[in-house]
Amino acid sequence: MYLTDPNPNILAKKMELVDKLLSFLPSDAVIYDPRETLAYECDALSAYRCPPMVAVLPRTTEEVANIVKLCWELDVPVVPRGSGTSLAGGALPTGDSLVLGVARMNETLEVDYSNRLMRVQTGRTNLSVTGEVESDGFFYAPDPSSQLACAISGNIAMNSGGAHCLKYGVTSNNLLGVKMVTMQGEILDLGGAQLDASGYDLLGVICGSEGQLGIVTEATLRILRKPEGALPVLIGYNDSEVAGQCVSDIIKAGVLPVAIEFMDRPCIRATDAFSQAGYPDCEALLIIEVEGSELEIEEQLAKIIVIANKHNPVELRRAKNTDEANRIWLGRKSAFGAMGQINDYMCLDGTIPVSKLPFVLKRISEMSKEFGLDVGNVFHAGDGNMHPLILYDANKPGDLEVCEAFGAEILKLCVEVGGCLTGEHGVGIEKRDLMHIQYSADDLEAQMSIKDVFDPKWLLNPTKVFPLDASVKRREGASQETAA
Amino acid sequence: MSIANLAPSSESEIAELVTSETERVHIAGGQSRLIATEKKIISTSALNGIVEYEPGALTMVAKAGTPLSLIKETLQKERQQLAFEPPEFQHILMLPGNSTIGGVFATNASGSRRIQVGAARDHLLGVRFVDGLGRIIKNGGRVMKNVTGYDLVKLLAGSWGTLGLITEVSFKVLPIAETQLTLKLNLCDARILTTAINTPYDISGTFYDAGLRSAYIRVEGFDESVKYRVQQLLAEFSDFEIDILNMEQSKKFWKNVNNLDFLKNITGDLWRISVKPTDGIKIIEILDPKVGFLDWCGGLVWIRIDEGCDVRGKIQKLAGHAMCLLGGFDQFHPSSVIEKKLSASIRNKFDPKMLFNQEILN
Repeated sequence: MYLTDPNPNILAKKMELVDKLLSFLPSDAVIYDPRETLAYECDALSAYRCPPMVAVLPRTTEEVANIVKLCWELDVPVVPRGSGTSLAGGALPTGDSLVLGVARMNETLEVDYSNRLMRVQTGRTNLSVTGEVESDGFFYAPDPSSQLACAISGNIAMNSGGAHCLKYGVTSNNLLGVKMVTMQGEILDLGGAQLDASGYDLLGVICGSEGQLGIVTEATLRILRKPEGALPVLIGYNDSEVAGQCVSDIIKAGVLPVAIEFMDRPCIRATDAFSQAGYPDCEALLIIEVEGSELEIEEQLAKIIVIANKHNPVELRRAKNTDEANRIWLGRKSAFGAMGQINDYMCLDGTIPVSKLPFVLKRISEMSKEFGLDVGNVFHAGDGNMHPLILYDANKPGDLEVCEAFGAEILKLCVEVGGCLTGEHGVGIEKRDLMHIQYSADDLEAQMSIKDVFDPKWLLNPTKVFPLDASVKRREGASQETAA
Repeated sequence: MSIANLAPSSESEIAELVTSETERVHIAGGQSRLIATEKKIISTSALNGIVEYEPGALTMVAKAGTPLSLIKETLQKERQQLAFEPPEFQHILMLPGNSTIGGVFATNASGSRRIQVGAARDHLLGVRFVDGLGRIIKNGGRVMKNVTGYDLVKLLAGSWGTLGLITEVSFKVLPIAETQLTLKLNLCDARILTTAINTPYDISGTFYDAGLRSAYIRVEGFDESVKYRVQQLLAEFSDFEIDILNMEQSKKFWKNVNNLDFLKNITGDLWRISVKPTDGIKIIEILDPKVGFLDWCGGLVWIRIDEGCDVRGKIQKLAGHAMCLLGGFDQFHPSSVIEKKLSASIRNKFDPKMLFNQEILN
């Protein structure tokens, strides 16, 4: 992957920028010593690293506004950062950028059960939002795997999903409003406690814009009353096509589980060895979870089991209590860790129409032989969001490049069968140059014109999302102004 | 005034039309919401048909001019539905038209189940459209999870045809529940709605008649489960006199809500007001309309009020917006200065000649 070179004209302004920042921020909020900016050199796409010129840690929306105003005046690119857990390089700095971290903005501003909402500063971690309201029987639904660490700001930037979005939707379906700062330092409130917009759904556009349209400092989130309970059933098949058919039949029968997770044999073996979850050694494993009262769970599981049995499973294990449920989930939840113990891995995120699942799995396994790298598949089967984990050795020269080429082929395949490049991780730098596969020049132009409106100088996270060759004129337009 | 009615049947035909067009045009779907005010109409009537339907994947793709009735019938055969219950406005607006699927999404028309499953915009997965420059643009796709690039799908949902002519939509569908029951609570406070939604019993509709002070609470699902939840709710609201609407009665009641029948046969201006749910009843108290109803746990207020009453002026202290459906006021609520600026810039990017639906959202 090509990382853009820093602009020397911007680097030359470093101390001017730092001095001006220190005029309104406390000294511990401005990080510019090259040994300290190293802490911000990467996110969870750790194969790529580049420390920023400066990092800042504001505490208020007004501070954020003053920081970006200054960057706007000095033409310094700004890279917003939540907790730095992006798998797509969404928070990867460029050498001439200022990283604006919202980690210190983690207050709860309002909890309103009557209107089922809470307002938080966006540095809050995903799990802590639920933590705040859990004792009163409420929760915040989107649950990305990184929820212990990832920030709401990043969830909004990437429109994060999770295992339970089959029922509850992704971030954009659970986001009611934002307070954000535009690159010109204007503070803007979008959405709120009401349920729809009077004009264009700008909130919907901000969510998933990967920190390229504004810095979201506060969020109004939908909170929901927790269901009475939830229990999973584990079903093993010796054929992934049959497992896919089972999922389709369950959905067609009118049962809507909260989660349908799928693992293939390489993944089952790795996770079982790692976690001793007691998984059967088979081609395809499904974990299907339903919610409700005891009676409701019973009713739904009974329907699922009837359908599952028609397809002759090699194993069908019903959790009867929370302990058994946790054991079933144990392996799935440690899947990434288990694969990571075998080797370095790259996690992909393409989505496919559910009906194309057997074909795509077959092609991935053929490609695995062609590229000479092992791959395990774990994914959200209800919504077709795949997570192929390609194993490679970061210390072996050339292995990362082979892995990336393999990954690109898998993503092309996802698009070819009617799916997309990314279902919940975002484009970042990782997939920006693959955007041509999914979108035409006009499609990309339409998206980039939105950025022109919010950020005319293309200073906010400028090297992400769009292929570098597609965005080059806009980005250079900005730096030419700098040179002048 | 003679009206020229164009009905292109392909995207390239529309692109050609738009590129050579200099006069303003009105995009017409099924004409169930708006009557054309321009001399020239581009109708979506020739963009008709379901392109793809995968019941096992809960997704459908259809051309924009496909009648909503055809979509509903097709889904019904697989016991599936548009879960957000698009309301049908033609009855109350006394228009001869019928909704199209493109119109439903272009107006983000969402009904009572909004509080459980989200709005039309939450179900729209992908769009294809031709913008004012004649560009054929696609965004999103036909899969349920997709964060590839900016979400222009949300931008187009509720844009009322002002950014381009939507030619094709793909959307999420959901199973029709096996059964449903509705509790009618007599002589109760509007706060009942928020109490109900905050139980763990997965309420799929709430409605309040402010005149009669009665609340309607819908529960849907599998048979045993619905019975159980109704029992729990009866216990929860044991202080009230409660009638239970059986499945047929319940279906009929919510269909009437969906068609806005409760607003019929009453004179006066018709307003739809979207606010914070707990503010809904305050709106009715402030305005003291002829009739007032709450949907969406109070977040959606429907009123009929004396002609010429300045509703927006009277409720401006409460956050939200008011749409005038029948009456002498501009239909659309003016937005804040900065939102207006951003929206105008976006519109200018997609339709710099202001060809489409010029009078809307302007």
